[in-house]
Amino acid sequence: MILAELALTSPYYLVLSALLFATGATGLLIRRNPLVMFMCVELMLNGVNISFVAFGADLNDVGGQISVFFVLVVAAVEVVVGLALVVAINRRRSDATADDVSLLRG
Amino acid sequence: MIAQLDSTVARPEITWDGLLPILTLGVGALLLVLFRSLMKQLPKAAADQAVPVIGGVTVIAMWVVGGFAGTDVPLAGLRDGLGDPVFFLGLLIMVGLGGWFAQYLRLSVDAALTVMIGLTSLAATWGVWTDRYEIDGAFGLVGDQLGADGFSLVITGVIASAIVLVALLLDDYLEREGMAGADMYVLMLFSGAGGAVMASANDLIVLFLALETLSIAVYVMAAMHMRRSESQEAGLKYFVLGAFSSAFLLYGIALTYGAVGSTNLIVIADFLEQNRLVEDGLLMAGMAMLLVGLGFKVAAAPFHAWTPDVYQGAPTPVVAFMASAVKAAGFAALVRVFVTTFADHADDWQPAVYALAILTLVVGSFMAIVQRDAKRMLAYSSISHAGFILVGVQAASNEGVSSVLFYAVAYTFLVIGSFGVLSIVSGEGDRGTSLDHLDGLSTRRPALALALTVFLLAQAGVPLTSGFVAKFAVIGAAVEARSYWLAIAAMVTAVVSAFLYLRIILSMYLGQAEDDAPTIRVPRAAGLAIIVALVITVGFGLVPGELDDITRDAIPVLIAAG
Repeated sequence: MILAELALTSPYYLVLSALLFATGATGLLIRRNPLVMFMCVELMLNGVNISFVAFGADLNDVGGQISVFFVLVVAAVEVVVGLALVVAINRRRSDATADDVSLLRG
Repeated sequence: MIAQLDSTVARPEITWDGLLPILTLGVGALLLVLFRSLMKQLPKAAADQAVPVIGGVTVIAMWVVGGFAGTDVPLAGLRDGLGDPVFFLGLLIMVGLGGWFAQYLRLSVDAALTVMIGLTSLAATWGVWTDRYEIDGAFGLVGDQLGADGFSLVITGVIASAIVLVALLLDDYLEREGMAGADMYVLMLFSGAGGAVMASANDLIVLFLALETLSIAVYVMAAMHMRRSESQEAGLKYFVLGAFSSAFLLYGIALTYGAVGSTNLIVIADFLEQNRLVEDGLLMAGMAMLLVGLGFKVAAAPFHAWTPDVYQGAPTPVVAFMASAVKAAGFAALVRVFVTTFADHADDWQPAVYALAILTLVVGSFMAIVQRDAKRMLAYSSISHAGFILVGVQAASNEGVSSVLFYAVAYTFLVIGSFGVLSIVSGEGDRGTSLDHLDGLSTRRPALALALTVFLLAQAGVPLTSGFVAKFAVIGAAVEARSYWLAIAAMVTAVVSAFLYLRIILSMYLGQAEDDAPTIRVPRAAGLAIIVALVITVGFGLVPGELDDITRDAIPVLIAAG
């Protein structure tokens, strides 16, 4: 059994990443405008990206930075679909916020 | 600090024939969208003639693609087969039957093509299973980014079957709601391809991409009904919560990567087997985040809040797809990441899954009782089924994995059947989904009432149905793993939810239908889907041995080629 220890040279980046992620998550939960909610999702994903780059640099491994490209693509795709949904809803009812979208409840 | 890319990296081994089940779904979706964008409006006469041709081509496609997938020498089977006159004649008869059957079902061209793609993928899965997996064991695909083991093959088969059955349900639904077109089928095929990749992913980033392919298509499918506000609302809610959970999953991947140094499941498993982390905080946080992200996908409490709303709002056949294929893929990922990869840290994640399972079982079965809408009620019941599957995951053993697989297969057909009946009964615009609309169904449509009765009894876990065997298997695995309280909780909540299924059955047989209730028309294609689901549900209940053997052979392994 080998004892492995990964020394991180850049805890500050990780703290920044965690803060961004937490900001995004909080924003998603408390903001009511769907567009702002999408921005919060972006914030969460980009917070994770910082982690990927920081870990990649620490581990001297290019995989972390490559992952960022995949995440960027996914984030772009998510926004496209999300905006399409908002447009579809706004066509029927303008100025909808997340509170107005409440036909479904139990 | 960026590591230099090694210029002598070996070209990855693709293993095309093993990839065929997944490839059929993805390429099929691309071809379908290409075909439909080239000819938007088929002339009526051409469409009528195309359907039997597609039916015949289906038989040939299944045979050729299945043969390719199954043998290492492409077309060898094809040549030998054609030389044999008896075989040739048999094939001709099968082609004719396929064409006649497609005509008989009155399928639309899009539905017929989707069924063809689904069946072909199923044949390819069968070929890979019998000719490669059963002989040589698991093997890596695409430079070990994917792995074809028994587990991923069975889940791929489940997803392909779900696609076929849901396409049969969708055909008439789209016609009825004035949404005819290929878009829904294309999205479903893409989503299915994502699910199949997810079930075979050997890398966390691949798993994330596959999960997004699976989910993004389903967000759109949920919102596809443009004239129902509920549908768009369901789509938006699913999207926001889905994106939220994907971000958690991704953060989990990043933290695991930071702790272990790779996103490859094989490397992670090896690393964790050979090393003990001094500071395992990062890994623990990563595992927790991964569990949250996947918990959202499989609708485990407390991450289940989106399920009832989305299931109620989305088009009913789409719900059938979400509850079957999407859930199966989610559990496949859960098993692959936790049971197989983090096997050496089972002590760390088992308590969390234990708590999730109990909470999911309790929330699912108790909340289902107070619902007034059949779709909402089935949504909560699907949450409680997720709890049962988590009981199998928690066992973290081979028995547990087999029982998870058995449950996923059985539940897929159960839930497609249930939502299929509901889709037919609820009528135009999905209006009649309240439980009152099921009153007196036995006098209006005795066959439908009987089918729904069997599905509900199977969901309750009554013996002689596949639901009983599945529940028995997961509880057995929990007892084997000495999780006695979890097993007891599962049995108690099974009784609680049985009450609710029996209530529906009673109202179907004893309730009075309103006099002005609209007549229920059962389309042939949807009827076939329900019959298939019914036969499989009862069949696996009476003779579970066959499926049991398959799930016992289908233990996930992380294998690197060469």
